[in-house]
Amino acid sequence: MADQRKPPPTVIVEDVHVVYRVHGSGTGRGSATSALGRLATRRSLPGTREVHAVKGVSLVARRGEAVGLVGTNGSGKSTLLRTIAGLLPPERGRVYTEGQPSLLGVNAALMNDLSGERNVALGCLAMGMTPEQVRERYPGIVEFSGINERGDFIHMPMRTYSSGMAARLRFSIAAAKTHDVLLIDEALSTGDSGFQRRSKERIEELRQEAGTVFLVSHNNGTIRETCDRTLWLESGVLRMDGPTDEVLAAYEDFAKRGG
Amino acid sequence: MIHSGIRTSPPSSTADPGVGPGIDEDDLPPGDLAALYGLGVSGARPGLLDYTRQVWSRRHFVTAYATARLTSMYANARLGQLWQLMTPLLNAGVYYLMFGVLMGTRHGVTHFIPYLCTGVFVYTFTQSAVLAGTRSIQGNLSLIRALHFPRACLPIALTLNQLQQTLFSTGVLAVIVLAFGEPLTARWLLVPVVLLAQTLFTMGLALAMARVGARFTDAAQLVPFVTRTWLYFSGVFYELTMLTKHAPAWAGALLEANPAHVFIALMRYALMRSVPTSSLPPHVWALAFGWALVVGVGGYVWFWKAEEAYGRG
Repeated sequence: MADQRKPPPTVIVEDVHVVYRVHGSGTGRGSATSALGRLATRRSLPGTREVHAVKGVSLVARRGEAVGLVGTNGSGKSTLLRTIAGLLPPERGRVYTEGQPSLLGVNAALMNDLSGERNVALGCLAMGMTPEQVRERYPGIVEFSGINERGDFIHMPMRTYSSGMAARLRFSIAAAKTHDVLLIDEALSTGDSGFQRRSKERIEELRQEAGTVFLVSHNNGTIRETCDRTLWLESGVLRMDGPTDEVLAAYEDFAKRGG
Repeated sequence: MIHSGIRTSPPSSTADPGVGPGIDEDDLPPGDLAALYGLGVSGARPGLLDYTRQVWSRRHFVTAYATARLTSMYANARLGQLWQLMTPLLNAGVYYLMFGVLMGTRHGVTHFIPYLCTGVFVYTFTQSAVLAGTRSIQGNLSLIRALHFPRACLPIALTLNQLQQTLFSTGVLAVIVLAFGEPLTARWLLVPVVLLAQTLFTMGLALAMARVGARFTDAAQLVPFVTRTWLYFSGVFYELTMLTKHAPAWAGALLEANPAHVFIALMRYALMRSVPTSSLPPHVWALAFGWALVVGVGGYVWFWKAEEAYGRG
């Protein structure tokens, strides 16, 4: 009966609540007048605005699972991923993970004034590879990203890249390493069809290597092809957790009715 | 199927909740289940030793990052890397004009230009590393949010970047000192020792300021004023005795124990024979390495204590 046993858990989320604190109207930049206005409003409005983004989510994900996350904009999907990655502290509850989860998001840039080549090397070294490993994997990463398909872009600064190219390179760097837990936030939607096919294959490989993959996407087709389990978040609450077909059917029904 | 409670079984593949004999996993509270499989709390700060091990394992990243910064720094200037030499030279020139020619603070100093240049170059190292450290977290948020690595790598790399620049300017300095007729003496062997102590001190300060700068984004605007004030108190342009001889004893002792002044005095002593041993503050080596140890280790530990908070929000 040993093979009947469930694979060991890699991510345990226990009743997690996430609250964003928003200071005034923005961050530390802006014109002098707006800064003065901020000072004034802070004085007149003591305390900051709170956004309760995730409200009591619990789940267990296991080795070899690919879990999709769906929900309307602002439903807390990205926030939940950031919390699992350990980048946002939960207000209440806890997240346990195996190893260090890696989050791949669309907004995450590397160093824009450096060439793609330098970014590959720095990214790999930051993930803890040795210089030998970087040299070994560098050609594979560049080929996977498809950056050089239209000319020698890998030696150009990353600020000259299109957003799709940059996202592809980031994904390729992060996917070069075996992760226990890989969290992907819309990172695949930017690539062309060839890249999407390669990345699906790579996600499948990562699952074979006994990792767990979480995938946020607004493309239900991508989720259907990649994930066998799906979570549906709505206003920070876990509405449904089950086989992808069931959850997507209910979600699509909801989206149609909701308009 | 509306979600309720904690679902521990993967939905489709293994609907049979067959667990090993003895334990029924589904009944375990999440914390115990995590402990059973050795899962850690996500984003938790590792212990100090563990953290240090992680930083050490990223040493190649630290050096690669420092070099990358160095090459990208002047990438848009036509003269390129030549600015690494020009910047300290031009700085020394401006200060010479101000303090050597206009205000005439040179009296009592045999070779004023090498004396001034040493002060400027030594101080610039600490000053720019502290400023870079203050910005190291806020300026690299995208990198921090994209990849996991011990954050101390960033201020450490930026300090090493400044050290690389300092090595350039020390080369320039050696030429200036020799050109003004100072002989090459055995004291020059002290230069790396002084640089080592100063690097440790500066790294600790950069780490501490990185934590401050991560918490208070306005710090990056404020720090230049603080370092400029510190500069004027450090005897870069004049003999510190000009200040200490009129000051009360405790203030004089404070001025002499100022770490920037300690490193500048030691560097002048190492490079110039015309600087007598008597010009050094009392217990100068103890002070230099005391500062290096206290600030170096203290800054590192203090930075580590907020490790889980960097890049959040």
